[in-house]
Amino acid sequence: MAKGRVSVVAERCKACGFCVEFCPSHVLALSSAFNSKGYHPPHVVHPEKCSGCDLCGMYCPDFAIFATKVKTAGGDK
Amino acid sequence: MKADPRGVLTGIHFMDGDHACCEGALAAGARFAAGYPITPSTEVVERFASRVPTVGGTFIQMEDELAASITLQGAVWGGAKAFTVTSGPGFSLMMEHIGYAVMTETPCVFVDVQRGGPSTGLPTLPAQSDMFQARWGSHGDYEIIALCPNSPQECFDLTIKAFNLAEEFRVPVMFMMDEVVGHMTEKVVIPPADQIDVTPRRHTHKSFEDYLPYGTNGDQVPEMAHAGEGYKFHVTGLTHDERGYPNMTPQVQDKLVRRLQSKIRDAADRIALFEEEQIEGADVVVISYGITSRVAQRAIEAARDQGLCVGKLRLITAWPFPEQKIRELAANVKAFVVPELNLGQMVREVERAAAGQAKTFAVSHAGGGVHNPNDILKVIVEASR
Amino acid sequence: MSDSLLPDILNNDGVNPVEQFLRSDRIPHIWCPGCGIGTTVNSFARALIESKIDLQSLALVSGIGCTGRVAGYVQLDSFHTTHGRAIPFATGLKLANPKLNVVVYSGDGDLSAIGGNHLIHAARRNIDLKVICVNNLIYAMTGGQTAPTTPDDSITSTNPYGVFEPSFNLPQLVEAAGAVYVARWTTFHVRQLARSIGEAFQKKGFSFIEVISPCPTLYQRRNKLGDGLDAMKYYKEKSKVRHGAPTSEVGLTMTGEIVVGKFVDRDRPDYQTLMRGQFAESLGERFVEQTEMVCS
Repeated sequence: MAKGRVSVVAERCKACGFCVEFCPSHVLALSSAFNSKGYHPPHVVHPEKCSGCDLCGMYCPDFAIFATKVKTAGGDK
Repeated sequence: MKADPRGVLTGIHFMDGDHACCEGALAAGARFAAGYPITPSTEVVERFASRVPTVGGTFIQMEDELAASITLQGAVWGGAKAFTVTSGPGFSLMMEHIGYAVMTETPCVFVDVQRGGPSTGLPTLPAQSDMFQARWGSHGDYEIIALCPNSPQECFDLTIKAFNLAEEFRVPVMFMMDEVVGHMTEKVVIPPADQIDVTPRRHTHKSFEDYLPYGTNGDQVPEMAHAGEGYKFHVTGLTHDERGYPNMTPQVQDKLVRRLQSKIRDAADRIALFEEEQIEGADVVVISYGITSRVAQRAIEAARDQGLCVGKLRLITAWPFPEQKIRELAANVKAFVVPELNLGQMVREVERAAAGQAKTFAVSHAGGGVHNPNDILKVIVEASR
Repeated sequence: MSDSLLPDILNNDGVNPVEQFLRSDRIPHIWCPGCGIGTTVNSFARALIESKIDLQSLALVSGIGCTGRVAGYVQLDSFHTTHGRAIPFATGLKLANPKLNVVVYSGDGDLSAIGGNHLIHAARRNIDLKVICVNNLIYAMTGGQTAPTTPDDSITSTNPYGVFEPSFNLPQLVEAAGAVYVARWTTFHVRQLARSIGEAFQKKGFSFIEVISPCPTLYQRRNKLGDGLDAMKYYKEKSKVRHGAPTSEVGLTMTGEIVVGKFVDRDRPDYQTLMRGQFAESLGERFVEQTEMVCS
């Protein structure tokens, strides 16, 4: 089960690639969809690997992505 | 409101213009100055440096005028009334930041104790050749207010006025002294604090949500807030909208820059200060300011002794220029005589306002001393013909 | 646009933790794709969160240039001043209201070229300012001219045949001038940068943090160094953390080693402490401490 969840504010993204490169769990890849400026925002390809470390959020120069830790119920995981 | 007594050196003093200017600043509530030494202005901040630790304030001598002219503005946004002091070469260096104060509507006072120029010129000798620079020295379209004292007493009184105008209009005010007025020693009467009116900062009372840093409620001057109060506002020298956010379009530029001008221009009649004497029925009116006005007085009296009808108009505010007054006078007099310690600056404004209705005679002087009254008299006589 | 780009947010706090520090109505910002300035702002925001600093008493002052635009994007009392003069403005702000925490956030050209004089004097005086110098080795905003930090042989628009001037070693410069805290990181070192900024907040005196950051549009492109991501990979590969390294040894070249870390952390009384001490000693009871200057 994923420990974290990624949120992408697609319209802010400029597809610099930092988040994809520096995610330690290789959760992200640039998608083939694009935002209104023509950039390809990232999408989550391995959601189960996301730890919620938010390094993607820390690297993003455009405040277009962040990860939050997922609250788990009943202590499973 | 009334002056804070802690800054008011009530009493009868024998002091020079530079020192009186410092006392005027303190009486006006100035508690911060940033300066850089330059003759003949340095005594103003030297006195401030000596006075302010016993009054409660700060003076810092910065590394250059570029720094001094913006450090004082940081202090204003931190809550202080602040000023700096300089002369020609320093005034030139400060021009960018005068423009910044105009654009950000930072209330403050710049004192220029004028000396011979251009360039290094005559550091210890008077001139009045920065008058146009005071008005036009920074780039872009703008209006400012400039005052010209002609005595140490006026250096005290008008410095207070300068601070008050700065707060009222949120504009940098140029205090145009000259080396003679700065270094002449005369009686200066400093009244008790409760007889001195001081204009408070236009501080907003709006809530954080409602406050617009550059919004105006029809009166053309926005309300201010200081850093550290929770308003979290943005100030920029870029063309900005009412939120203070950069908004670089011709529409916003037009609105902003026109307002920066009209907030002064529309109040020009209220701001204009001058001294008139025997204007009624005069054939010739001598228009002068600063130290030259005192020399001109001798010439005017000599001319009257010769039977000439000579009036006097002394500019106390040089900017905004009292165009309306001159235009009205021009219809009724034969000529204006404008002696200045420069090769013709304010005379151009007189000529422009007179619009040919009256002749205009300049009595120029390249600076370095004051006019010989006879030189002014000669021109008055010529103008009367 | 595919729904998979906007995954559901399970938690209630589905807001970017740094959003509270941004003027969201002005985002997206003007910085280029791959520019590192936004990343430094992230680290700055993280430092604000972790240090629990009172945002009301924090003021940010910037100069002119790409980094100078930071002031317009942060939800703080922020001042976008003139080129090179953020430090003296910040000095005035701090002296008028010593309770303020004043951060200067500006670029290498703004701080070390036109602002160079003010940089060294503020360091000399040990004015209590936290200076974040984003060093992208170029004058970016105006189109890629040579900066005092541009490495040897770089191609710029004003050195089209290659820079031949020696460049500044900023940590060495500010240490020599008197700074009490000097650190350098790159935009790759997001966590360390946030930590350094937090340390600077605790430090009284002139703190200087240099952040090497990519300028993909001008510096990277003109020198065939790839894009912003390539720069970040270079930082990752070639950075060497050497805390306490002598600043004389941390000069930069175009593709060589980048020494990062905390180089200087010393104690000297700050300007206001010295000022108060001097007046108290000379004036004794006549000294009137400057209270708040707030003039109503």
